[in-house]
Amino acid sequence: MKKLVMGLAGAATLALAMAGSAQAADKTKVCFMHVGPITDGGWTQAHHQGMEEMAAHFGDKVETAYVENVPEGPQATAVIERLARQKCALIFTTSFGFMDPTLEVAAKFPDVKFEHATGYKTAANVTSYNSRFYEGRYILGQIAAKVSKTGVAGYIASFPIPEVVQGINSFVLGAQTVNPDFKLKVVWVNTWHDAGKEADAAKVLIDQGVDILTQHTDSTAPIQVASERGVYAFGQALDMIEAGPETQLTAIIDSWGAYYTKRVQAVMDGTWESQSTWDGLVDGILTMAPYTNMPDDVKAMAEATEAAIIAGELHPFTGPINKQDGTPWLADGEVAEDGPLLGMNFYVEGVDDQLPQ
Amino acid sequence: MTYLSPLIGLGLAVIAGSIMFTFLGKPPLAALYAYFIEPISELWSVHELLIKAAPLILMGAGLCVCYLSNNWNIGAEGQMVIGGMAGSILPVMFPEVVGPFLLPAMIIMGTLGGMAYAAIPALLKTKFKTNEILTSLMLVYIAQLFLDWTIRGPWRNPEGLNFPETRRFDAAARIPEMMPMDGRANWGFVIAIVVAIAIWVLMSRTMKGFQVKVIGASPRAARFAGFDDKKMVFFAFLIAGATAGLAGIIEVSGATGQMLPTISPGYGFTAIIVAFLGRLNPIGAIVAGLVLALTFLGGENAQVVLGVPDKAARVFQGLILFFVLACDTLILYKVRLAFGAAAPAKGGA
Repeated sequence: MKKLVMGLAGAATLALAMAGSAQAADKTKVCFMHVGPITDGGWTQAHHQGMEEMAAHFGDKVETAYVENVPEGPQATAVIERLARQKCALIFTTSFGFMDPTLEVAAKFPDVKFEHATGYKTAANVTSYNSRFYEGRYILGQIAAKVSKTGVAGYIASFPIPEVVQGINSFVLGAQTVNPDFKLKVVWVNTWHDAGKEADAAKVLIDQGVDILTQHTDSTAPIQVASERGVYAFGQALDMIEAGPETQLTAIIDSWGAYYTKRVQAVMDGTWESQSTWDGLVDGILTMAPYTNMPDDVKAMAEATEAAIIAGELHPFTGPINKQDGTPWLADGEVAEDGPLLGMNFYVEGVDDQLPQ
Repeated sequence: MTYLSPLIGLGLAVIAGSIMFTFLGKPPLAALYAYFIEPISELWSVHELLIKAAPLILMGAGLCVCYLSNNWNIGAEGQMVIGGMAGSILPVMFPEVVGPFLLPAMIIMGTLGGMAYAAIPALLKTKFKTNEILTSLMLVYIAQLFLDWTIRGPWRNPEGLNFPETRRFDAAARIPEMMPMDGRANWGFVIAIVVAIAIWVLMSRTMKGFQVKVIGASPRAARFAGFDDKKMVFFAFLIAGATAGLAGIIEVSGATGQMLPTISPGYGFTAIIVAFLGRLNPIGAIVAGLVLALTFLGGENAQVVLGVPDKAARVFQGLILFFVLACDTLILYKVRLAFGAAAPAKGGA
């Protein structure tokens, strides 16, 4: 019995070793670590689609691997180290909370390249990449203010980090261009991906009289609740129209494929360098899903705003803007610079919530 | 036969797992290889195994004392959380305090924190005759939410841009790695082994250990012998709480280096399985802790190597536990199908 087991194990080892050496010849191994499941219908799925797009582009020249559902905790470091040890040449970690673990492991593996999404720290072998989601959220805010009857929208938020606060503020600023008295209610669910909590938050918000929902979380649960309760909602990270064909007004779609292809190419060419990118609608890393379930004039307005942002004529954070307590932040015509945006930790006027600090 | 049963269980799990992997379109042999052999075929991966096994062994060994003395402590997870918090007070609240005494102080505070938290269900049981299964379990949720609140509020990293985490610990506040060139394993694993052996000596070589077993097997006989079962409740809970608190601070100071809103992927609950898989013997807990750690790692590895979905990897882990524990239980019983009226129960456990 023991001999048989040993024999089987030996044969398996040999077979795998051979398969491994045949594969490893001249392929670039690209690996991903995700905070949610690749089938979440939102954030993680968008990254996974980006990976598949990149893999399809390179065909035999790349080998991919991914780990999903990794909590932003002690396990993250272990998983990144595993990927680095298993000969990944380029590792993408796709959640804010993976930032410090990525840097910690990167320091030990100077020959491996790392790319962390939506953070702010970099190192010689760690790039930070991000997308100007707030540009899309400004358009969502405008649409919300046009479509809403109660004049109040609900926002399902994850963690009070600058990226999320930016999104909330941009949404409100967009809405105020249509209806200066527009109000926003926020619920913090303290998770990126938890369909149950997200659905509960959606119900609470609808019970409080909001008739439009938007989210900074990863599942399609809020849109499903919105469609059951007959209010409108916006998709997040992917086109979520299938979750609410009569419900979704539009969605902010994250298109990471082109970026991933570019960065893998750089590794193949030996030209990869650490950098910090923050692309937006104009770069195509961010696109808007078709404007549906809304009157034609609203659609025309949304398209005009989108075109203006792409053309560089409109920046969502252009003064005059006051902070929530009424103190001035930006003077008339003043445009916020990237630095303060990346560290944003205050609300603008019109948000009906206390920022958790 | 009883020593064979885990192997039978493992065999059945492998068969069931192979069927599952075949349906998923993955070659079963390669999947089993990725699960059981690859994680221990490379040095760095063995290091990861030791990191994961340390808290399981510690708490598994501590829980043996509880369960042998009929104290059903289900709350090791909460005791681990409070231990981690108590041990983190110095590096989080007084980051300017560094020195050679820092790490020992953290470890002692962590251990005491776990003991103090475990004393609550013990006190409730001895004073008010409450059910310790319920109280210790409920205290887990209190501990987890208290940790969550603390990390989002008073302990939040001032440089973390509102992300729920504490500041990162100074190097002096971290348990050193044993062989930094080869992998991440820290001295926490050695502490775990030493503690498990100490508990084994306590249980098998001392009067106290004898008392534990007598009280567990027959409380009445123990009372006739003059053993104080109330003191025993405290003793068992404090030992388990100490190991859980120690596991907490080892995890925080060794593996993580900062406090986060969750510090454990359920080690405290898995440790219950470890204790029983190890047949309530602290040495057995060492073996069981390593085996369970291997299934965690194997699941991770199967994801990377074969693209097995996360959920399938966890299902397989569940299958292993199910078959091994089921074999453990059923092997001691004669299974008989009774048709018609239920046969009168005979014997029992």
